Amino acid sequence: MTQNQKCRWDHKAIYDIIPDGASVLDLGCGDGELLAKLGRNKKVQGLGIEKDFYQVAKTTSHGVSVLQVDLDTGLAGLPDKSFDFVILEKTLQVVNKPLLVLEEMLRVGKSGVISFPNFGHWRVMSCLMETGRMPVTPELPYQWYDTPNIHLFTAKDILDWIRDNDVRLEKGFSLMDGKVFPFHEDDAVNAEEILLVISRSRSKFGSEVI
Amino acid sequence: MSDPINAVVGSKSKFDLPESPHSVGWIVSHTVRLADEANPLPLECGKTLAPVDVEYEFYGKLNEARDNAILVLHALSGDAHAAGWSAQADELGRPWLKKRPGWWDDLIGPGKAFDTTKYFVICSNLLGSCYGTTGPASLDPETNRPYGLRFPVVTVGDWVQLQERLINHLGIERLRAVAGGSLGGQQALEWALAYPDRIESAIIIASAPGLSDQGLAFNAVARNAIMTDLNFRNGDYYGDPTPDYGLTIARMLGHITYLSETSMRRKFGRRYRNGEGPGFHFGIDFEVENYLLHQGEAFVERFDANSYLYITKAMDYYDAAVWGDGDLDRACRRIQIRSLLVSFSSDWLYTADQMKELAFSLCRNRKPVSYVNIQSSYGHDAFLLEVEKQAHLVRCFLDGGDLA
Repeated sequence: MTQNQKCRWDHKAIYDIIPDGASVLDLGCGDGELLAKLGRNKKVQGLGIEKDFYQVAKTTSHGVSVLQVDLDTGLAGLPDKSFDFVILEKTLQVVNKPLLVLEEMLRVGKSGVISFPNFGHWRVMSCLMETGRMPVTPELPYQWYDTPNIHLFTAKDILDWIRDNDVRLEKGFSLMDGKVFPFHEDDAVNAEEILLVISRSRSKFGSEVI
Repeated sequence: MSDPINAVVGSKSKFDLPESPHSVGWIVSHTVRLADEANPLPLECGKTLAPVDVEYEFYGKLNEARDNAILVLHALSGDAHAAGWSAQADELGRPWLKKRPGWWDDLIGPGKAFDTTKYFVICSNLLGSCYGTTGPASLDPETNRPYGLRFPVVTVGDWVQLQERLINHLGIERLRAVAGGSLGGQQALEWALAYPDRIESAIIIASAPGLSDQGLAFNAVARNAIMTDLNFRNGDYYGDPTPDYGLTIARMLGHITYLSETSMRRKFGRRYRNGEGPGFHFGIDFEVENYLLHQGEAFVERFDANSYLYITKAMDYYDAAVWGDGDLDRACRRIQIRSLLVSFSSDWLYTADQMKELAFSLCRNRKPVSYVNIQSSYGHDAFLLEVEKQAHLVRCFLDGGDLA
């Protein structure tokens, strides 16, 4: 959707994370290329969700299933834990209701994969501090008025959310100076982009219900 | 669509003429007997029917492997003439066929979405219709008079069963795709449920697993209009004055359901026919009245009232969930093929929500399904008017099937 063509490292990382034969739901699947590749090479059963008509059409031309549904309306038609993986590849920051989308991701998927540009990267922060203007970087190449990124957040923000919402961080990767490293919390200001694999350790309201 | 106003009327100025490289050209229809005394057609209502003749057309070439066929399915008032120009308008007594090409000419032809240089495209007229396939106006062999209401009540399932006989007749084992809009979409869905191993994909447009109560209500009123026409005489009007008033009103009602509030406002805008103001009479005052009357009267020229009763009844009865004893999710388990579901945002006859529900039903069963809701203000009519996006989508989806 908003993938900067120069930074497709997460594409490759996600491809490597998904095991053979998994079922995968890709939220904001763009032209469906990832699912097509996963289907072709890893026998993955994929479903895309995408808002843009032409991207949806392109996805079907890859033989990939896709629903033109607005993520902000939720995924009520899909049952709990019906996918092994749910992917949000640089999509979370463009939706209107990121928390709803995250909750739906954890409900529908056994694991979730999120990749996002880190607004807390030192270069972004110094850009803001030094110029007093919204940062424009290779990962965030937009002006304030034309950015599709309507909910920018930092690595620390998402880690807070993970801690406060009974979410388990299974693993993660950081993009630093164009190289990919395993994610550490200490990297929060050095990572340009981050990819996290998360899951919900137990039902959010499980204990109360029991 | 460059001129939305004209598009609403459906009066397209630019057709592909027969000599156009994108037209399938002059077309001759075919008729085949697919049921006779020895091999009658068993119907869902419990009766059997014989003889049954089917009128059909085809475009493009069936390849040697016989695996490039696509069956397109027409809606309520459609016919087998889906593309190109009929070479038999006079011979068949259907002069209106001279005015425009087949009903899906925008999508069928060389280089079009259903590319006839690649696919062999077939379309047949529905059982119970009045365009060459056996229907209520056909002669009942028992009485040697037209059936009228003695024609058995037929269903979407019966139609599809008959279409399967046609496919057998043509020596086709598996169809590359079945495709249709509105009632045609329901036939495509029925194909996927009834003959999952005879097709590779289904394209279901502006349709639903079942008509809403709102839709049932409109059809009920339409049939009432026909059946209370003094000329109706219990359907035995052949050779006598026909129930034109009733059929006109039925069609007027139909057209209300094909438009949207927005498309009506854009087209008519409360304008008066005389361009001035109220006429203080009960004749035609408003443009919208004039439009509906025109549509209704033109329809009477080309359609049989009994066929309208039979086809709307089949439309009412259709319920895909029957395959799952009332549970659509269970019904969808039967489907083994990839499907493309397309709705239009302003269609209130077959709504986007109904189509989305079907899409999620298929998803829950892990069936390969794609769902698209095309933004349009044309209402249900969008299925014949939103040509560009539809064509693009159909082409992409069919390309995707080549990969599988």
